[in-house]
Amino acid sequence: MKKQEFDRRDFLKTAVVGGAAAAGGTAAIATPEVAQAEQPAAAAEAAAPAGYAFLNLDEAAFVEALVDHMIPADEISPKGTDLGVNIYIDRALAGAWGKGERLYMQGPWKLGSPSQGYQLPLTPAQLYRAGIAATNAHCRKAYGKPFDRIADAQRQEVLIGLSTGKITFDNGPPVRVFWTTLYQTVIEGMYSDPIYGGNRNKAGWAIIGFPGIIAVHRDHVAQYRGKPFPSKPVGIADMS
Amino acid sequence: MTTKLKEVDVVIVGLGWTGGILAKELTETGLKVVALERGSPRSSENDYSLPNIRDELRYVVRHDLMQNTARDTITVRNNPQQDSLPMRRLGSFLPGEVVGGSGVHWSGHTWRWTDMEFKVRSNYEERYGKKFIPDDMTIQDWGISYAELEPYYDKFEYTAAVSGKAGNIGGQIKDGGNPFEAPRAREYPLPPLTPILASEMFTDAARNAGYHPFPRPSANASQPYTNPDGSKFGGCQYCGYCQRFGCEANAKGSPHMTVIPIAMARPNFELRTNSWVTKVLKDSDGKRVSGVTYTNVLNGEEFEQPATIVLLCAYAINNVHLMLLSGIGAPYDPVAQQGVIGKNYCYQTGAAATLFFDGKFFNPFMNAGGSNATIDDFNSNWAFDRAPLDFVGGYVVAGGFNTPLPIGYRPVPSGTPQWGSEWKRATAKWYQTAMVINASGSVMANRYNCYDLDPTYRNAFGQPLMRMTFDYKVNEHRMGGHAAQTINTIAKSMNPTKLNPASARTDPWTVVPYQSTHNTGGTIMGTNPRDSAVNKYLQSWDCHNLFVVGANVFPHNSAYNPTGPVGALAYWTADAIKNRYLKNPGPLVQA
Repeated sequence: MKKQEFDRRDFLKTAVVGGAAAAGGTAAIATPEVAQAEQPAAAAEAAAPAGYAFLNLDEAAFVEALVDHMIPADEISPKGTDLGVNIYIDRALAGAWGKGERLYMQGPWKLGSPSQGYQLPLTPAQLYRAGIAATNAHCRKAYGKPFDRIADAQRQEVLIGLSTGKITFDNGPPVRVFWTTLYQTVIEGMYSDPIYGGNRNKAGWAIIGFPGIIAVHRDHVAQYRGKPFPSKPVGIADMS
Repeated sequence: MTTKLKEVDVVIVGLGWTGGILAKELTETGLKVVALERGSPRSSENDYSLPNIRDELRYVVRHDLMQNTARDTITVRNNPQQDSLPMRRLGSFLPGEVVGGSGVHWSGHTWRWTDMEFKVRSNYEERYGKKFIPDDMTIQDWGISYAELEPYYDKFEYTAAVSGKAGNIGGQIKDGGNPFEAPRAREYPLPPLTPILASEMFTDAARNAGYHPFPRPSANASQPYTNPDGSKFGGCQYCGYCQRFGCEANAKGSPHMTVIPIAMARPNFELRTNSWVTKVLKDSDGKRVSGVTYTNVLNGEEFEQPATIVLLCAYAINNVHLMLLSGIGAPYDPVAQQGVIGKNYCYQTGAAATLFFDGKFFNPFMNAGGSNATIDDFNSNWAFDRAPLDFVGGYVVAGGFNTPLPIGYRPVPSGTPQWGSEWKRATAKWYQTAMVINASGSVMANRYNCYDLDPTYRNAFGQPLMRMTFDYKVNEHRMGGHAAQTINTIAKSMNPTKLNPASARTDPWTVVPYQSTHNTGGTIMGTNPRDSAVNKYLQSWDCHNLFVVGANVFPHNSAYNPTGPVGALAYWTADAIKNRYLKNPGPLVQA
């Protein structure tokens, strides 16, 4: 049912442009990895709040590919999109944090030294947008396709390039600042409370055996000293 | 237009630990006291309650209880040659911005700083000679003694429900406590917390290495407790959500559930929240202050609040900022080494190792703010010879956990990939089976580490931001190197499966990541107005009806957490005002 020649983004774009000719012009030949990444688990799909509040089609495809690459499905956990990490990121960027709440945004602007911290004239959402566009531009130049359509090994190469600063953006934000933000949001989407859209079914917490918001360990300290604590994680929604 | 209000006896700027203690103590005398707090009111019942308080994203990552840097921040640089730039979001330290201040989100570590600190220059000169102290190290004696402060430490510990084991009662060394502490009059109000496995393992290893481990004294009530004022505490639940959070069990000693409600119950006390003080007003003769101006941040309205006594009790950084904005005292000039306001800003340093033990379950999520074990052998132990190491100061080492919540704490051995299945497997394997040993080290004052007003950047009220110039010096690098060695020796003796060793810090101080909310100095205390901003009673040398209370009066920073002396000095100042100043208003120490 999900096997398709082009992805949802192409479908939506052609729906807007209209006609098979446009579709033919942009359709990608799906790699096996991409085809696999496009198949959400039925149960998780049912639990996910549908739709994006901030990410556009290109950005959504980037984020989905990113989180599924960084958090692949394996014996440890479902993949990133099944954990809702993409949804977490979208909601974070659409919300107060993404819009720069608590961020001092007055100029003049200078890059400064790394010890002076964040100095860009961008909100986190603007940084994300600029960084995704710049990463996709790099991918098109290097591989002829955007990040979400390149092979797994190429994605790995790109993420290593971003994380080590080997990739640089022409006229874009500093790569390290973009990567730091990107990485932090993926971690937040795995491990923050499920009320924020990620860590679906508390599967992130289950990876490490974190019991969530369980409050009363007064007796457990002695009882479980040196022993595994049997826990089914509890989140805010479970107690609300 | 500014609305001038009716004069009150006392106005308190900021209602955390210091403001709360002074509010409670001074309202006892019948004085009319008004507290102005820039943050909002929050309570244990309504805000720090289950399930919503247990939210790492909201409280740790997004800083829900902290100062909003969009409205007011500082600019930072490592040295005078660098352009200062605004700290655009919080990172290295986290000033609180609610009723209760940073006393809501602290971990509760409560130490008694001793004459090791209060007589720092005399001690080192006497033992090691004048040349041992570098020329640019502007340490000085504080003008106060441990013996004077002892009863006030006691009062704070009994108010805040500190759990611990005494190591020295009246000169008698006690087993299980810190043998290097200064003599105390009596035991802690509560016994130590139940040790966690990581702190027990650290304790054994430290003892085997010849050191003297003890449970870290902390304002986490180890059992239900009623303090001498009648404030009721629940027993600590070891919930793992301590630092950065309000305590739903009312087990963490905090001003919002102790001293503040006592003041609030009195008719001669008034709290105005969302009230942002922009200036302390000097009287026409310049020898007194006449009150403060503040803005109601809910509607922008500006008020003048005249007062007979003004107490600055904001976060340490913000107290100094207000002094500079108000033009009280001569601003410090590091080149000429003249002036006092802004002088001797200090911070802390540290080092840490992560130890991985295959198959050992630490259950890191079960811990209290203070459940780590500690050694003081390289700090208050004066027998520890600094001569061959060539540094002034010291460090404490602790084993256990610090806010081991999963967004911020997922230890993996060095060399593990940052993403993918291998990373996930390592995270799954080691989260529960790793522990941390870390050191917290002192920072000695340096002539170039200081505050002044930034020439470029402004806050939401159109006022200049304060500029912080700070970096670690050779002294701190040497000490950090020694701390890393000590940590690694203890860590290796524990035979971990894998070890991420501690390393000496040599890079510049940076505004990210979080390091410690232990910022000191800027309006330092001392024996004379030439080299200090306030006298030993925290009274301004320039304006005798102005008291500046908080860690901003520390002339240098210790390895210990600052809240013990911050609380004790607040009680000490309250006593001086009640018993001496009110009877005879004027300078309590003649310049």
